[in-house]
Amino acid sequence: MCMRITEHVILGQEETAKLVEITVDGKPLMAKEGEPILAALLAENMIINRYTVKRKEARGLFCGIGQCTDCAMIVNGKPNVRTCITPVEQGMVIKTQYGVGEGDGEDD
Amino acid sequence: MISKEIVIAGAGPAGLAAAIEAAKAGAKEVLVVDLNLKPGGQLFKQIHKFFGSSAHRSGTRGIDIGNQLLTEAKEYGVEIWVNSAAVGLFHDRIISIEKGLDSGEKELVNIQAQKIILATGASENVVRFKGWTLPGIMGAGAAQTMINVNRVKPGNKVVMLGSGNVGLIVSYQLMQAGCDVVALIEAAPKIGGYGVHAAKIRRAGVPIYTSHTIIEAKGTERVSEVVIAELDRSWNPIPGTEKVLEADVVTLAAGLKPISDLVRLHDLKCVYNAAFGGWVPKHDRNMESTQPGIYVVGDTTGVEEANTALEEGRLAGVAAAERLGYLTQTDASALKDDIWERLDGLRMGPFGEKRMVAKNQILAAFPECAK
Ligand SMILES: Cc1cc2nc3c(=O)[nH]c(=O)nc-3n(C[C@H](O)[C@H](O)[C@H](O)COP(=O)(O)OP(=O)(O)OC[C@H]3O[C@@H](n4cnc5c(N)ncnc54)[C@H](O)[C@@H]3O)c2cc1C
Ligand code: FES
Repeated sequence: MCMRITEHVILGQEETAKLVEITVDGKPLMAKEGEPILAALLAENMIINRYTVKRKEARGLFCGIGQCTDCAMIVNGKPNVRTCITPVEQGMVIKTQYGVGEGDGEDD
Repeated sequence: MISKEIVIAGAGPAGLAAAIEAAKAGAKEVLVVDLNLKPGGQLFKQIHKFFGSSAHRSGTRGIDIGNQLLTEAKEYGVEIWVNSAAVGLFHDRIISIEKGLDSGEKELVNIQAQKIILATGASENVVRFKGWTLPGIMGAGAAQTMINVNRVKPGNKVVMLGSGNVGLIVSYQLMQAGCDVVALIEAAPKIGGYGVHAAKIRRAGVPIYTSHTIIEAKGTERVSEVVIAELDRSWNPIPGTEKVLEADVVTLAAGLKPISDLVRLHDLKCVYNAAFGGWVPKHDRNMESTQPGIYVVGDTTGVEEANTALEEGRLAGVAAAERLGYLTQTDASALKDDIWERLDGLRMGPFGEKRMVAKNQILAAFPECAK
């Protein structure tokens, strides 16, 4: 499901942006160059970014301005990246973060 | 370590206005840092026409004010670093900036500044109920950033908690973005924000439940149902009044509180003020804090509005430029008097009066000896 707002009464039509390809949990995804990683995921209605350490509960977008860390994911092998204030780049490899993002048995 | 004349933390209306005013007066090395991807603070999510007195650009949209500030900042040679968080504040006005993205290399830059201006704004209050950590539950400001800045919907069916101006405006904007606002929930018996905003919501057919609150959010890995209940006069849920609403987003609009991390880090003296959202730094009429050479402006000094933030920023910009020798005392006084007149004008009327009283309390709490 696409959650992008293409037409808007006040903001008008969405400007055409350059697209880049990223990988999210192994699957390819097209994103708008420079948009926050979190927005690219939300556009596909993906709202879970990470699972907590102890109770393994799902977390996602909460503040949207880099203050709360609920949106942290593993980006190019680096854990704890706040996806709401990190822009997408061509070829970025993004993974859901489990706990603190280390020793989760994945290949990063 | 590098050095700058003025370093400003936060590129919202307060920080940008301070930078512009100081640079206009002649200050040369003016740097503004902001942790976000773009400067402008809250302004770029505000696509509605502003409320406020006509002398203060009411009727202008936040995004337009933001663009104008950025143009002016550029014109006067203000330097802006984005993706740069102020993380430390030390004696003799040394400020530490963490520069760079989470995903890349970060660099810690220590700057010796002659003047420092803190303009870090406010953060949203949280409301806790069973299930409040489920994905899909977020600050109203977070939802607003997604729809108006990034142009993506956070979900399709939204329950809004809180009927202050933020709750009302964001509800309307969610509808403009194509979301279905299922209900607006308010714990108080009356709507908190302006009648004009509430009327828009009502006309659109959104049910407003006053004297109600959210008891629980249900769902596996994402909110799918919201249980609300009516509150009695002592704000306790009345058994048997529960209703279940279907929703995939809950937005919390329960007010804002000043961000005071840096303020506390450097022991700027604070005072509690409920009308301003919590602990706020004491300051004088130049917006200078209890630490000489460190100024505080905008929502950081008490949650108000964009126009007051702008004017407070201007005050600090003028005051700092004066201290640095770029303005004579006479010229600076004239400028400051004008700004205070405008600020007083903004703090009038039924909504402004409370803020006028609060600001006067803070000014009165400033210790004379520190001047
Ligand atoms: C939904 C909504 C509607 C509103 N509508 C109106 C309206 O109609 N009219 C009106 O006048 N006002 C309105 N306001 C209020 C107005 O937006 C704020 O009062 C104003 O933006 C405050 O300005 P500021 O510069 O103090 O803070 P902000 O605009 O919040 O800017 C602070 C900046 O500091 C940055 N920052 C924080 N910490 C750090 C750090 N450690 N290092 C570096 N940078 C940092 C932040 O990223 C941010 O960019 C509204 C607010 C909201 C949320
Ligand atoms: S959503 Fe809070 S830090 Fe990203």
